[in-house]
Amino acid sequence: MGRKKWLLAAGVLVALVFPLGLRVPYHQHILIMILVWATLGNAWNLLGGYAGQASFGHAAFFGLGAYSAGLLVHHLGISPWWGMLLGPPVATAFALPIGLVCFRLRGPYFALATLALGEIFRLVFTNWVAFTNGARGILILPEFTRKLPYYYIMLAIFALSLVMVRVMVNSKLGYYFVSIREDQDAAEALGIPATRYKLYALLPSAFITGLVGAFYMNYVAFIDPHVVFSLGDVSVMIILVVMMGGVATLWGPAVGAAIYLALSEAFRARFGAVSLLPFGVLVCLVILFMPNGVMGEAARLGKRLAGRREGWGGEPA
Amino acid sequence: MVLLGQAVVSGILLGGMYALIAMGMTLVMGVMKIINLAHGALVMVGMYATYICFQQWGIDPYLGMFVAMPLLFLLGCLIQRFMINRLLHVESILPENQVLLTVGVMLVLTELVRLVFRSDYRSVATAYSGKTFFLGGVSVNVPMAVGFLIAMGFTYALHLFLTRTDLGRSIRATAQDREAALYMGVNAPRVTVITFGLGAALAAAGGSLLLPLFYLWPDIGHLFTAKSFIITILGGMGSMPGALLGGLALGVAESLGATYISMGYKDVVGLVIFLLVLLFLPGGLKSLLARR
Repeated sequence: MGRKKWLLAAGVLVALVFPLGLRVPYHQHILIMILVWATLGNAWNLLGGYAGQASFGHAAFFGLGAYSAGLLVHHLGISPWWGMLLGPPVATAFALPIGLVCFRLRGPYFALATLALGEIFRLVFTNWVAFTNGARGILILPEFTRKLPYYYIMLAIFALSLVMVRVMVNSKLGYYFVSIREDQDAAEALGIPATRYKLYALLPSAFITGLVGAFYMNYVAFIDPHVVFSLGDVSVMIILVVMMGGVATLWGPAVGAAIYLALSEAFRARFGAVSLLPFGVLVCLVILFMPNGVMGEAARLGKRLAGRREGWGGEPA
Repeated sequence: MVLLGQAVVSGILLGGMYALIAMGMTLVMGVMKIINLAHGALVMVGMYATYICFQQWGIDPYLGMFVAMPLLFLLGCLIQRFMINRLLHVESILPENQVLLTVGVMLVLTELVRLVFRSDYRSVATAYSGKTFFLGGVSVNVPMAVGFLIAMGFTYALHLFLTRTDLGRSIRATAQDREAALYMGVNAPRVTVITFGLGAALAAAGGSLLLPLFYLWPDIGHLFTAKSFIITILGGMGSMPGALLGGLALGVAESLGATYISMGYKDVVGLVIFLLVLLFLPGGLKSLLARR
């Protein structure tokens, strides 16, 4: 236990100090994007990983958060930073009816329904030009010219998401989530109201996703519906990032995000537009040979080693 | 009135070709019970194969499809044999693993095509591309009419194959009950491989028929994945008549949406239908047909 605390303290210290040593803004940008994806992954993991409701439409919440910030500037001329306050509740407010409707469906049908909803948001935001400025998107002037302030803001959001997932999963809620994932009928038979607990997973998930969306608007300073509501580049990519790192593991999304960014940035220079090719190949390989992702397989390996040392009786918690 | 007729006719013609693509998907979903998000990418690869035939050797798309179909059949068999069938024996937390594997396949196919052809828009200009004829005051685009007729021909051939041949019956048996089919001596793993190949070949056929009508670029696959999903759910998973009706219905709905609402909201119409069917008619049109 003591070792874990030291490790955490060291991790926090490195996260705080490390970017100061990076002189190239591009490198700082990569760190920020890793945090963005890791946080999105954390949010998705709560619903998709722990509660087992694989959403293929999280871009809806991301886009709603981003547009909450962008439209404040566009229509009212209010600083987009207020969007960080507005975005998460807006995303959560939309998540409630979406959840109530979609949680009637299970497994692949739930996945398809969320996929369709995400696409509907993209199409509406593209076509409702009077309100959203359509495909031209929204351009703002970024607040800071340096990357570091953004890094620390995003780091705080990431830490928030991490603490939130940890606290929720280690509480009674976490057990309810897993029981719904493993066997919904059995969970309901034991008196767990499945839909309500799925909502308890969805609403915080949408909240964090909306928050990251609002941050993205402030940081990147340009959004359009095809970027923030993208099925392939947001909804599906979140899932792949979590998958790669390890579904239903605390650090999985962060590891997956690091791998995703490292691969796609490394190959962007060489292949240009097709930088996703190596990532796609890796996704296939991971699913076929490491179905529980990097952290999941690591945990399994660790358990096996520990088991060998202590005999099979001692199951580490 | 002419406008309405025009919208309905072109909707039906386009819908017939969508239906052919969707039959490939519904076949795969019915037999393997898997969601194949790579289906549109297979359509796209088939379209590029036909496109190459046209561009390199001047083969007409309606003949080029007979090159694309066997190619895609092979590709489909390989994907099923070496990836999806393997996954049946891999344990994981999420049952959605196979969906994600097809996402991976989709990414790889799309990016490979982008590597070779770039993201440029391409099109096939044949002698009959812009030709139209009139049918009682309604103008009909020649490639649309020809494509529709060929699609209906394939549909009928598929129907005969599934109902009259041994292999076709094995496929339907596996779709109904995999275990029972195994007990009856059906080689289910082989059937799944052939089914996926067949699904991919149908995707290629539909794509080739649409090639004279659509611009071609690597990301066009998403469009067809979405459409075939809508049709599959609308028609009922695994149902051929359902897919045909669903395809025609989607074609008409989109065409009416584009005419009377707006071009941009046309796709929303399809997606809303999709959600409503998913929620209120989970068995799709198939269950309505069965109730009769």
